[in-house]
Formats: sequence, structure tokens, C-alpha cells
Amino acid sequence: MENRSLVTIANHSKERILYLLEMAQEFEKKPNRHLLDQRIVATLFFEPSTRTRLSFETAANRLGAKVIGFTDPKVTSSSKGETLKDTIMMVSNYADIIVMRHYLEGAARYASEIAPVPIVNAGDGANQHPSQTMLDLYSIYKTQGTLENLNIYLVGDLKYGRTVHSLLMAMRHFNPTFHFIAPNELKMPEEYKLYCKEHHIHYEEHSDFNEETIANADILYMTRVQRERFTDLMEYERVKDVYILHNKMLEHTRPNLRILHPLPRVNEIAYDVDNNPKAYYFQQAQNGLYAREAILCDVLGITLDEVKADTNRIMNL
Amino acid sequence: MSNKKELQVAALENGTVIDHIPSDKLFTVVSLLDLQHMDSNITIGNNFESKKLGKKGIIKIAGRFFTDEEISRLSVVAPNMKLNIIRNYEVVEKKEVVMPSELKGIVKCNNPKCITNNEPMQTWFHVADKEQGILKCHYCEKEQQVDNIKLI
Repeated sequence: MENRSLVTIANHSKERILYLLEMAQEFEKKPNRHLLDQRIVATLFFEPSTRTRLSFETAANRLGAKVIGFTDPKVTSSSKGETLKDTIMMVSNYADIIVMRHYLEGAARYASEIAPVPIVNAGDGANQHPSQTMLDLYSIYKTQGTLENLNIYLVGDLKYGRTVHSLLMAMRHFNPTFHFIAPNELKMPEEYKLYCKEHHIHYEEHSDFNEETIANADILYMTRVQRERFTDLMEYERVKDVYILHNKMLEHTRPNLRILHPLPRVNEIAYDVDNNPKAYYFQQAQNGLYAREAILCDVLGITLDEVKADTNRIMNL
Repeated sequence: MSNKKELQVAALENGTVIDHIPSDKLFTVVSLLDLQHMDSNITIGNNFESKKLGKKGIIKIAGRFFTDEEISRLSVVAPNMKLNIIRNYEVVEKKEVVMPSELKGIVKCNNPKCITNNEPMQTWFHVADKEQGILKCHYCEKEQQVDNIKLI
């Protein structure tokens, strides 16, 4: 049987991405469906991540599935030295689909090779987090009406930020212009700039973050600048307040600008931004639900047509 | 000089001659092929002059032929080596060590947070760039240079 696991979307074609976004759109119209009645979704969180877990479990519940799993590896056998393989093989006996978050990179890929049921990667260390990328893409698509030809500004920690790297790669199909705004220590790594060149993605780099820099932005994607990422704490003290978005910086920005953030935020978006209609990070998190409903259905082989047919059935009731 | 007894490295009747080994990789090749545990007649020479490499090593192994899988293991340490297959004192085949497009179970991933370093499983690399010698881990997706690899 074809393995329908979702480990990464880095290699997804344009058509495939748009297909999944269209499916997410269907779920936004009507989030509660019975498409996964009688199914069991296991959520295995070898590393805690409340936000992602709640989002996946809500998606499963809204589709009518039942959820089993663990949220803290300390209570499982992996703390007794059980291998990942054994845990996955055991859970595969119970569940129709496994959603897993793991602190080791490549864990989801390996699980997808050994498990008889589909695996959904809910984050493997610093490597991939495809459902986050899907919800980011969906948020951009929904707020801009397209993914094509957009000016996307990535701000903050561009060195370690897994979400910005995945977003950059997924956007390659859509002719974006990227602006990288980061302190020197957290600059976009060379390999991703090389990736941009190879895929003819235009980009500019900035180290200052102010009203002028972001004047042409369609999307402002903020990330957290974390103290523990700095080897030089003097440098951290110098830059920690530079990459904070304040409401007054948004005055002359484009009307279609939307501000995204993968959450949790600490102080990189001032609270006075929350009431600005350009702030979109909470709706962005909500979009995660629709994106994850689409992902759960897709890995189980439920097609867009089937989802649409269900929409029509419900609409006609 | 001429009347000094020549130190005879016996010509091989049957076996394998590995030539063009970079001098600093000679002993890695020895261990990759597990020659230290082999009973055959083995001649190992090092620091011979070489136009291509400056200095090179040569290994002659009597009565032993290597599978393509064993040969491809060598590509990660010395991609330009040549193997001469000798039968009945004649070179019957020349094999070049070519980097395969995939390496399974040969190289260790240098990312300590990679699943392959934490789970009893085989490593798997895709050769991302043969010329530059760049390997990409199939699991954690980190790239590494062939010059910096650790063998399993």
C-alpha cells in the first residue's frame, strides 16, 4: 500500500500544495464533519507542545475521530529505554493514524518507513514541521487572495527558525520576494540563500527594522529572538529591543499587510498591535485547525472531492 | 645498486591491486576492507610518487576479490582510486571506485540530534553532489562534506 504519511512538504508540488489549501478551505466552511467516524488518531508527543497537540486533537475530534496518545514522554516506555520503533509498532496496532512530535531530527521519516499506518509529522527537532507550514500558507492565501508575487518579510531569528525555513522553501513555486530582517548573529543561513538563488527567489537582507523597511510588505512574519541563541550576551542586549513590532510602525504600511507569528510570542509584538486589523496571528492559529483537518483526511486517503461532496450534502440538509 | 638484491613484491597471480589511494587515507582503506583480519598475502605500500596525488598508497591482496558493495564503501574516503582485478597474472578488469548515489550503513551522521544516532537503525545518505562530495542524511536532512565524515 502506498504510504501516505506527511513527513515534509518541502518536496510538494505547487498543485499538491494548492490542493491541500483548497481542502482546508472546505473545512473552514464547515469544520464539524463525520469523515473520520470510527477512526482512532494517536497523538504521540515525545516532546511537549501544547499548542500543536491541541490543534491536532481538535481537528481529529471535529472530524469525529477518537484520540489516544501521550503528552509527556516521561510517563511512557521511552523513558525506560524503549526504542522509537517499538513504540511506533505497538501504537500502530491500535490507531489508524499516528501524529507525532519528536525531539530528534528524522524521527518522523523513520517512523513512516516502519509503521503500517500513516504518520503525520508534528515537528521533528529543528527539522520539519509541515502542518505549521500548511497553516502559514493557508493564512497567506486567505488574507492575500493568492500566493503569487507577494512581498514577504521574515523578521527575528532567521538562523534557527524552522518555520521560516520551511515557509521559504514552500513559497518557491509562487514567485515571492523575501526580505530577511535579522540581527547579525541570527541571519538567514547561507544554505537557504543558496536555495533562493537556485530557485530564482529574489531576496534582500536588512539588519534594521523600522517603518521604512516594512513599507512594501504584504506579509510580516515575526519570530522570537531567544536569548539562549546568543553566544555573545552583549550582542543580545544590544539587539533584543530592535526586532519588536510596535503599532506606530504600521501606520504607513500597505492596507493588505497582515502580521503572522507562529506563537508563542514573548515581547516581539507589542500588545498595542493586537487591536490593529493587520494583526493576524490569532486567526493564523485558528487556520491551523482547518489545515490539520485537511492533513488528517489526506493521509487517510480521503480526497478533496469526497470532502466537497460532504460539504454539498451538509449544505443541502 | 644494480647488484643489490631486488626486494621482490611478488606479482599477483590472482587477486586485487588497489592503486591511487591518497597516502593519508591508506589505513582507512585498510580498515574499511577489514584487511587486518584477512589471512591472504597482502602488500601495503605508501608514499609512492604520484603525478595525480603527489603521494599515493598501493595495496595488493592475493586471492581476494571485492564485491561492488565493498568497493563503493571506499568511495567515501578515496573517490579516485582504481582497482585492478588480476587473474592468472593478467589484469582482467579495471574498476574505478565510483561514489554511489546512496550510502547505506557506511557513514555516521554528524548531527548528534539525528534519529540515526539515537536508535538502533541503519544510516542512509543521499549523495547530493558527487563532485563536491556532499552527502545529505535521508533522515535529519543535514548535509555534510565527505572530508569530514566518520565511518560506522
